[in-house]
Amino acid sequence: MKLIKAVMAGSVWKVLVQPGDLVEVGQDVMILESMKMEIPVSAEISGKVKEVKTNEGDFVNEEDVLVELE
Amino acid sequence: MKGETTVTIDVKSQETSIHNRMEKIKEGGDPKYHEKNREQGKLFVRDRLKLLFDPGFELEDALFANCLTEDLPADGVVTVIGKMNGQVVCVIANDSTVKAGSWGSRTVEKIIRMQETADKLKVPLLYLVDSAGARITDQIEMFPGRRGAGRIFYNQVKLSGKIPQVCVLFGPSAAGGAYIPAFCDIVIMVEGNASMYLGSPRMAEMVIGEKVSLEEMGGARMHCSQSGCGDVLANTEEEAIKLARDYLSYLPANYSTKPPVQGAIPPKVFEKTIEQIIPTNQNTPFNMYDLIDRLIDEDSFFEIKKLFASELITGFARIEGSSIGIIANQPRIKGGVLFHDTADKAAKFITLCDAFHIPLVFLADVPGFMIGTKVERAGIIRHGAKMIAAMSEATVPKISIIVRKAYGAGLYAMAGPAFEPDCCLALPSAQIAVMGPEAAVNAVYSNRIAALPPEERAAFTQQKREEYRQNIDIYRLASEMVIDGVIPGNSLREELTRRLEAYSSKYVVFTERKHPVYPV
Repeated sequence: MKLIKAVMAGSVWKVLVQPGDLVEVGQDVMILESMKMEIPVSAEISGKVKEVKTNEGDFVNEEDVLVELE
Repeated sequence: MKGETTVTIDVKSQETSIHNRMEKIKEGGDPKYHEKNREQGKLFVRDRLKLLFDPGFELEDALFANCLTEDLPADGVVTVIGKMNGQVVCVIANDSTVKAGSWGSRTVEKIIRMQETADKLKVPLLYLVDSAGARITDQIEMFPGRRGAGRIFYNQVKLSGKIPQVCVLFGPSAAGGAYIPAFCDIVIMVEGNASMYLGSPRMAEMVIGEKVSLEEMGGARMHCSQSGCGDVLANTEEEAIKLARDYLSYLPANYSTKPPVQGAIPPKVFEKTIEQIIPTNQNTPFNMYDLIDRLIDEDSFFEIKKLFASELITGFARIEGSSIGIIANQPRIKGGVLFHDTADKAAKFITLCDAFHIPLVFLADVPGFMIGTKVERAGIIRHGAKMIAAMSEATVPKISIIVRKAYGAGLYAMAGPAFEPDCCLALPSAQIAVMGPEAAVNAVYSNRIAALPPEERAAFTQQKREEYRQNIDIYRLASEMVIDGVIPGNSLREELTRRLEAYSSKYVVFTERKHPVYPV
């Protein structure tokens, strides 16, 4: 199982992928908002999205799982 | 006549005998250890040195150390003077084919003597580390005394900032030995083989019950991306050695001379201008490397700690052939926000540049320091203080470029006007303020916004944000002489070139005292 985690604490501003999507290394999967900045979260590994663990507007902590890949 | 012939024969046989003895020692340890090295992708210490040095100049001291003991050629360390890029350098290189590169009493004495030589000659010192640590059997002779291993670290501290100290880590650097890299200016680590740790995984399991692999606990990638003890990750030994040569090409031989100037190279050519790569919306990220590439001589960037605290970019570069140190926020990573590790990274790099006359160029696009329990508990205030102290104290030419936002203490940390930069210049996209418009309007008007009917809130907020933006307009700050100029992106390199030339005669003593009480 491959996990994409939050790089820092903030809120989920935009979710850019949905289950079934194929993501590549370096592709942005989500944009967080923190410190009034847009924080793109990109995939460090490629794979198929199994589950998106957060919704837009949710608060997340650093290291929280955002997206699970198959 | 007869007698002379005899003498000639004696000299010849003596020469052959010395030669043979030297060659035997230069072969290093038992062939099985050479084989083991090869299996791990490691080069023999003398082959490393061949790659490191310019050809044809090598002076080795104490090759015969411990030569009366059968299996300890050179006592496991090669100490040698050579040349790199034409510059004389001193090198201390462990031989891992000799008792795993461990230290006996003569090993330690050889290391100390070469440190003393580098000190006297005022030339760079390189440590090619591949060592299992102390030989426990020799501990009384090599560990506790005046010229025991402790003296190595004492010397390193004393040499710091006087001459460049470089560590290339090819294998383990264990226990006390792990402090050699820690006291160097830069640590280049070979992925897969290099490691640094105080207690081995085996010891960790015995003492604290932790089960962990060497790679996880003290591997090259971990140190270069997480602990910050490593600076540059190399894929192979050859690459690591080339990196060490490249690194030293930016530096002078010692603190009393200036860095060598190389041939000027124009920057890489791009279709998009600086203005076109910087988004108008302050909150939208862009890639700071795209700006750096437009300012520096093509392919001249030598990045330090690329994988660690990547929200800040630090590295050497050249403008018109002259060395500079770049400290740039990276809005693409974590919004360019400063964390405790970011500040720590910056402080070390600034100190390095300041020690060796490398002018500092700050490229600011920073929303400020991170907030929240996690970073407060990690001591972000004292780490932030380290960065601000190092930046304040730096007396090399210091140029502050406000690329976009510079909010709060972020402005201060990036050599803002109060910190004696030689100039603080703004791109037209610059925005200097205690905080951004969104946060400021929220802070000042949140009660009033809450009291408004919901349908009026958005318009009110928008209007207040716009007023705020006008209030912090960059030309207003230029009019108040907070900044020294507004520079269009396409003139920035030229402006930097001229400023660096003009400031090259700068000589400032920061203040009079013994030393600061460091906020470490």
